[in-house]
Amino acid sequence: MNKSSIFQKLAAVPHMVWTVMFIVFPMIFVLFFAFTDDKGQFSFENISSLAQYGHVFVLSIAFALIATVVCLLIGYPLAYFMSKQSPRAQKILMVLVMLPMWCNLLIRTYALMALLDNGGLLNSLLESLGFDKLSIVGTNFGVILGMIYDFLPYMVLPIFTAMTKLDPKYIEASHDLGCNSWQTMTKVVMPLTASGVISGITMVFVPSISTFYISQKLGAGKIDLVGDTIERLFQNPSTYNVGAVISLVMMILIIISVTVMNRFSDDKQSPTKGNGGGFMP
Amino acid sequence: MNNEKLIKLRGVSKSYGDETVLCSIDLDIREHEFITLLGPSGCGKTTTLRIIGGFVTPDEGKVYFDGKLINDIPPHKRPVNTVFQKYALFPHLNVFENIAFGLRIKKTPENEIREQVKDMLAMVNLKGFERRRVDSLSGGQQQRVAIARALINKPRILLLDEPLGALDLKLRKDMQVELKRMQRQTGITFIFVTHDQEEALSMSDTIVVMADGKIQQIGTPEKIYNEPENAFVADFIGESNILDGVMLEDFKVRFSGHTFNCVDKNFAPKEKVDIVVRPEDVDVVPLENGMLTGTVSSITFKGDYYEIIVDVQGFKWMLETSDYVAPDAVIGLHIEPEAIHVMKKSEYSGKFGDYSSFSDELEHLADPEEDEE
Repeated sequence: MNKSSIFQKLAAVPHMVWTVMFIVFPMIFVLFFAFTDDKGQFSFENISSLAQYGHVFVLSIAFALIATVVCLLIGYPLAYFMSKQSPRAQKILMVLVMLPMWCNLLIRTYALMALLDNGGLLNSLLESLGFDKLSIVGTNFGVILGMIYDFLPYMVLPIFTAMTKLDPKYIEASHDLGCNSWQTMTKVVMPLTASGVISGITMVFVPSISTFYISQKLGAGKIDLVGDTIERLFQNPSTYNVGAVISLVMMILIIISVTVMNRFSDDKQSPTKGNGGGFMP
Repeated sequence: MNNEKLIKLRGVSKSYGDETVLCSIDLDIREHEFITLLGPSGCGKTTTLRIIGGFVTPDEGKVYFDGKLINDIPPHKRPVNTVFQKYALFPHLNVFENIAFGLRIKKTPENEIREQVKDMLAMVNLKGFERRRVDSLSGGQQQRVAIARALINKPRILLLDEPLGALDLKLRKDMQVELKRMQRQTGITFIFVTHDQEEALSMSDTIVVMADGKIQQIGTPEKIYNEPENAFVADFIGESNILDGVMLEDFKVRFSGHTFNCVDKNFAPKEKVDIVVRPEDVDVVPLENGMLTGTVSSITFKGDYYEIIVDVQGFKWMLETSDYVAPDAVIGLHIEPEAIHVMKKSEYSGKFGDYSSFSDELEHLADPEEDEE
């Protein structure tokens, strides 16, 4: 399209206004705060104070990585299993996977806390059966469990979509050329659903690394992740500037991880485009 | 050609729900032959192919390979490879890796793989295409890669499921010749599925005509064309005038109000039969010399001949002739005894063979693009 009509230009205006107000301006604020001190003077002081938050970043990245890997290990076989069911069963399973997403994240996390708490349902049950109580809330395990529970659907759905779009002809071709079921899985199904895996990883990793609510509730305030730190620093006007720097670093981290992920998916052919070799008379 | 039976199907049936796709099929396939399963959409030809490939398990009946029952052998353990209808080349692999796929599974040493892929690319005329992505190839090139990917495994049988269906006419003709060449060169048994009778006639050693889940006739292209078993085969293969007739005695048959000499015998006295006369076998003669007389309904120029529709006592004949005749002219028709083929009555009698509603366009519409089985 070399020239767009006035109408087409006008149609983009609401979106532009929105973007400028809620994305560009806030970014400018973050940048401004990040490079000024609490009197509004230009300063690199905040950057140097980053060092004391290093362990928070390491912990956040580690938690997010573990949650992502576990989600992948659960999500991939689940998506494969789902894609093998009848269309009717697929719909039901889809709804079951998505059902938690109809409920607000905060409420879900709260509910999970109520289940796992010291006096929660799980521990009451264990107690009545004569077992020791499990302390989950307030541990690293509890926080990671929360991430997995909250973000698993974001792993399952894109992989499931990639699986259902995979032409069964490729699987037949693989068997035809001598692959057993396992070889078909590793040599054909996995490479051809890689785009779904990449989306899933991105969609689990990004919210996991930036969460503050899950760590607050299921960590019982004992576990400090980047999200919690930013939230705390922004609650006090005098620490705005450090909070802004940490936010900036976090954004850069996310941009890097998304870019790396996109790199992976660009290298591979998207299987959803390649149905039947792409030749149409 | 030796007479070893490589594949034997015995009483093979398959249904999907209420729909019977194959109805107790018996079929023998010899080693080294080019055999074509020919029939309209839904006749069961693709299902038969998939049963041999192991992708479909028959409900009843037995499948033998080289004398051994293989009903329960999964596809990856059968010495059979397939060229799929839409090729199913792996989009995540380049041309080289697609062709090398089967050898890699067999853990063939790398230098042998390289050697063999090179030979295969040469055979399918795709030298230098190793590093190309499969989605950057044209349909004809993808087709060649699919053939190379299958043949590199040196299967005993190559299954081809309407492989030329997606190609344009010119390319299809070229590929027919090439496939035939590859089959001769490799000596591998080819089982080819198509709904295109011309393709079947020009490529096959043996044609299996199928309809409604049953085999209608098995034979060489010449036999299928010249001596069709029933009205379905006569109509499906080439153009045919199919008439009701009565066999008076050996070598004498009566139809269209005239008694003809013919070359068929061994029918019951006065047995009702179907008569097939091919359009090119009817001669246009002066009225007084004609065995039959008719009125020309239409004439169409076809390049090397005229196709005319002639009304003989209400039955529309199709004729191919090199001489122009005017529409509405009354002409005589002459038929040699060898041109008359007598068939037993069958369930297909009376369904085909009259050209009163004939049109090229309709014929085209009835020709399905692909088989939905």
